[in-house]
Amino acid sequence: MDVAWTMHTGFGSWNPALWLAALLIALVVALAIRALGRKDYRKNSAQTKPFISGNEEPAHGGGHIPASNLYWGFLESMKAYYERLVPLHTGMLGDYLVWFLGVLAAVLVIGLVI
Amino acid sequence: MTISSIAQHLPALLIAVPLLTAFLTPLIGGVNRTLRMLWVALGISATSAIGLALAWKVFTTGTVLYVFGAAAVGQVLPMDSGGIPIRIIFEVDAFSALMIVIASISAFAITMYSLVSESECSGQDGFYALLFLLVVGIMGMVATGDLFNFFVFLEISSLAGAALVAYRVDKGVAVEAGLKYALLSTLGALCVLIAIGLLFAQYNALNLATLASRLQFTTLDKIALALLIVPLAMKCGAVPMHFWTPDTYATAPSSITALLVVSSQASLYGLFRVLFSLYGHLVQFNYATFGWFVIILGVLSMFVGVTMAIPQKDVKRLMAYHAVSQTGYMLLGVGVGLAVLGNRSALNAYGLTAMAGGIFHIINHAMYKGLLFLTAGAIFYRTGTRNLNKLGGLGHTMPWTMVFFMIGALAIAGIPPFNGFASKLMIYESVFRFSPFLSIVAMVVSILTLASFVKVFHSIFMGPRREEFAAAREVPAAMIFGMALLAVVVMLFGLFPQTFIDGMITPAVTALVDRGAYISAILGGH
Repeated sequence: MDVAWTMHTGFGSWNPALWLAALLIALVVALAIRALGRKDYRKNSAQTKPFISGNEEPAHGGGHIPASNLYWGFLESMKAYYERLVPLHTGMLGDYLVWFLGVLAAVLVIGLVI
Repeated sequence: MTISSIAQHLPALLIAVPLLTAFLTPLIGGVNRTLRMLWVALGISATSAIGLALAWKVFTTGTVLYVFGAAAVGQVLPMDSGGIPIRIIFEVDAFSALMIVIASISAFAITMYSLVSESECSGQDGFYALLFLLVVGIMGMVATGDLFNFFVFLEISSLAGAALVAYRVDKGVAVEAGLKYALLSTLGALCVLIAIGLLFAQYNALNLATLASRLQFTTLDKIALALLIVPLAMKCGAVPMHFWTPDTYATAPSSITALLVVSSQASLYGLFRVLFSLYGHLVQFNYATFGWFVIILGVLSMFVGVTMAIPQKDVKRLMAYHAVSQTGYMLLGVGVGLAVLGNRSALNAYGLTAMAGGIFHIINHAMYKGLLFLTAGAIFYRTGTRNLNKLGGLGHTMPWTMVFFMIGALAIAGIPPFNGFASKLMIYESVFRFSPFLSIVAMVVSILTLASFVKVFHSIFMGPRREEFAAAREVPAAMIFGMALLAVVVMLFGLFPQTFIDGMITPAVTALVDRGAYISAILGGH
């Protein structure tokens, strides 16, 4: 492959052209598998409707899951972490100044000690 | 003025052209609205062309020096100056040139985008004047070789940035964010000024190279070091001094937010310049301690930034936390290089690659984060909201914005073959040699970044059309052009990474590490 495409990291190499070629091959294989599917599929029939355990499909607009509902499990499992982290972000300018001056003081002390 | 004359004065024009554009914009705007748009487009085109031409000159011929007010632009040391470069000198080496490339591309794309995105808003004369002043500040910070001059440009960028953040008022919310940014920036700049005073009092010089050649690492030098690096770390949004970032980035107009990212990176440039070119290679300088200081800031920024991003409901606030997180990668990569700066074998084995990864990530981040903020601006332009809980289904009506968002999101998450992957791969592999744990943290942060942007993509673009956004349609062509330009750069850097590494990144790393060359360019081998 052309050297312009290959990146050398010092520990190995990375070639985006090979990656794109692999993606292309995967796409061709996927399309080939799709072409092997059943030919008696009928559009605009009951075959196209989603099966939600026998329930009616919700009206359009009500079917979108809002952002707050995503990653609920992740946030719940990290609750102890977030309960400590989020309150630090008070939005108060005074707190921002305290953090800045605190880090400055710490670096001054470290810098003078070493 | 001939071409060769222009080429000779590129560093001065880099500041003069946007400065002139800034101050004439209100006058021209008073004549005619269309004329103002043309003037702004012309001004930013000229500024970017000058920036790219200067960078090209540096990458092809080496460091460019420019002495203001001297009989000849290269007359660094006047006969009667006692060996001190007394005038303001721009010293544009490969690292500076890389930053100028970032600022030139970003500023051009952002300004073209702004011509439409801000077209319905009032006060455009002031808006563009401040935008060009922000560009002046950024360009000056990364081009100057004078520490006091750096402070002046830092102040220009901070004040122009704060004014732009507060420009749209937004029921006081934007004004509050602008005030926070202004106050913290002013306090930081005051610290920088005190540090400059401490150095000037001891060494009778303001020129960076002269100071670097004379530093003794006295107690006052140590205090000056702390007073320089902490404010600059705060300005680039490093945790735990990042709190201003989400407030400011979320409320500023999106095009300005994208430019504030570049402004923050100019502070990052200043941080690295101080650590490497000013203090690096001093016998008494403890590389490991300060390297680990930068690394710890980086790891904290990566992890806190991404974990704070995940629960956000405001798309720009979410992206702001990701900006903090991505800055962490740059700090990690360059921090590892600093930590092993005194160990030649470790530096050659993995330190330089880590630095290259970190510095490559600066330009990559500027491109994809700029792109992402512009897509957020496009969404707000059409829907009037940044709330992810209210958005949805826009993929039906805003396909171009969706494609650009996908490119930016995949790049920031480090998905191949986009540019974020190339720089992150360099960081992962080299940092692994230094500390496998840090490398694993970096990879976990990338996974969380992808998860976060999957949420944003789903919330904004997926799902059925929503009635409240029935009138939403694709944004105008100029806004698409701004986003497309950055998207193309993101893809080019991802598809041909080695070309850019060889041409820009490796020379930038060499310039940063080679303190002797930085000094001798001014003092001629002293």
